[in-house]
Amino acid sequence: MSDKRPFRSRILGLWTLGVYLWLFAPIVVVVIFSFNSPAGKFNTSWNKFTLDNWAHPFRKADYTEALITSLQVAAVACLVATIFGGLMALATSRYEFRGKGLVNFILVLPLTTPEIVMGSSLFTLFFARDVSFGFTTVVIAHILFCLSFVALTVQARVRGFDWSLEDAAMDLGSTPWRTFRTVTFPLILPGIAAAGLLSFALSIDDYIITSFIAGDQTTTFPMRIFNANKTEIPAQVHVIATALLFIAISLMAIGAWRTVRRNATPA
Amino acid sequence: MAGESSLRKGRKAPYALIGPGMLWLILFFLVPMWTLLRIALSEKPNAFLPDYELTWRWANFSDAISRFQPELIRSFTYAGVATILCILIGYPLAYFVAFKAGRFRALLLGLIMVPFFTSFLIRTIAWQTILGQDGPALGVLKALSLVSVTDAIGLTSNGAFLNTPQAVIGGLTYNFVAFMILPIYVSLEKIDPRLMEAARDLYSTPAAAFRKVVLPLSLPGVFAGTLLTFIPAAGDYINAELLGNVKTGMIGSQISKLFLKESNYPEAAALSFIFMAIITVGVLVYAKILGTEELSA
Repeated sequence: MSDKRPFRSRILGLWTLGVYLWLFAPIVVVVIFSFNSPAGKFNTSWNKFTLDNWAHPFRKADYTEALITSLQVAAVACLVATIFGGLMALATSRYEFRGKGLVNFILVLPLTTPEIVMGSSLFTLFFARDVSFGFTTVVIAHILFCLSFVALTVQARVRGFDWSLEDAAMDLGSTPWRTFRTVTFPLILPGIAAAGLLSFALSIDDYIITSFIAGDQTTTFPMRIFNANKTEIPAQVHVIATALLFIAISLMAIGAWRTVRRNATPA
Repeated sequence: MAGESSLRKGRKAPYALIGPGMLWLILFFLVPMWTLLRIALSEKPNAFLPDYELTWRWANFSDAISRFQPELIRSFTYAGVATILCILIGYPLAYFVAFKAGRFRALLLGLIMVPFFTSFLIRTIAWQTILGQDGPALGVLKALSLVSVTDAIGLTSNGAFLNTPQAVIGGLTYNFVAFMILPIYVSLEKIDPRLMEAARDLYSTPAAAFRKVVLPLSLPGVFAGTLLTFIPAAGDYINAELLGNVKTGMIGSQISKLFLKESNYPEAAALSFIFMAIITVGVLVYAKILGTEELSA
């Protein structure tokens, strides 16, 4: 048995390595192709190295405009969803109240509903009420699908917290608002930050739901790419994707570094 | 159970906290589902007017089923195969990260998330590059003269990766595998290592210990992962559109086309509703088979 074990582990390790290579293959392609000078309109086969795309990341005005729209939608949706979802998580993980089971059930429903169904149901709602499709309807939808993710992420992070710390603060003469600011909020902040980042990422990447309710005037970045993918795939798409990827990795690294540092220094 | 005992009984505060979020979920999730059902049972009395009338026309449902049966079956087949592949690929990886990664655990866990910071669409376009006629995947196969072999085992069709059902399933597997890995990892990580030691002390072989201790305890993760991959995979049509051909169309693109191009709202809504009903029933049956008591833990 002792002979077989390292062999077994090695196979498992090789499998894991293989899966990571597979997971990262497209990412490597995106980064490499941001330095490609495409022969035609499609930046999908290698032609020759260039720095030109990085020098002019915003040359394609319609893509830049779409990116700005996506960032605006994501900013508003992420902010509202994080506040609403965070408050819901606070209520469900901290209080015992009638209807809590129902609230938790309704919170999970959007996660088990396919995007295509959510998109089409919102389409019928706005259509039936004569609401014109555009930026507002997109933001409403993005808040909706981020909300459950935020609430459940924060819930998972604060599960098992000792809320009696709040009582301790109150016993020591703190006001409720001050207790929230100095005790509760710092406790839930890491969960809120993670949820906020997640909902920003979800919002900026959504295509299916958005395509239903964006109308003719509003175009998000994923919509722009998808609508044009039969006629062009400019290298600027790869540049912007690479830039966003490195911003996300940096944020993650900063978060990890802060955690390590906090754990290393004794309080 | 420190959390349990310090839970507060709230009169007004919890309702005030859930208020805005619940309002949003009711107005923009529950109410639209109702509107969807209403439109699915309506018809257009006059082709030139934008109005719809609720006539309880159940035929919309049967029409939609008979017209789009191939796409429905295809969507569930592709999503099912992709989900099984996600388990086969993801479980060993989650196991390695949970038990064998040592001090690299946090790093490896973080690395799973990194590809998902690049847009879904752009990753799929990158697969077009990798799998394309002059891409690296076929290049390697051609250099090794293995194309006839991969054709024979069904990995490629007529010497091509792209525009095949295999490519669509591969894309679905790739795009949703993280949703399988993370829940399995979470359930594996919770397992007390002493349980495995106990199995070993009682002369269990590693295989038996895995089958009788680790696997049953990780089933809730597999269950959650299956839902989180199967549901979005069945509804997805981006992979089918970018990596497939005219014969690989999935139900999502039909629903989208009916709504946005053909403006056939009743049939589109009916199709959307049928799709969700099948998924809901499937989830309930699946939960029943796996045993809900075990899973609620």
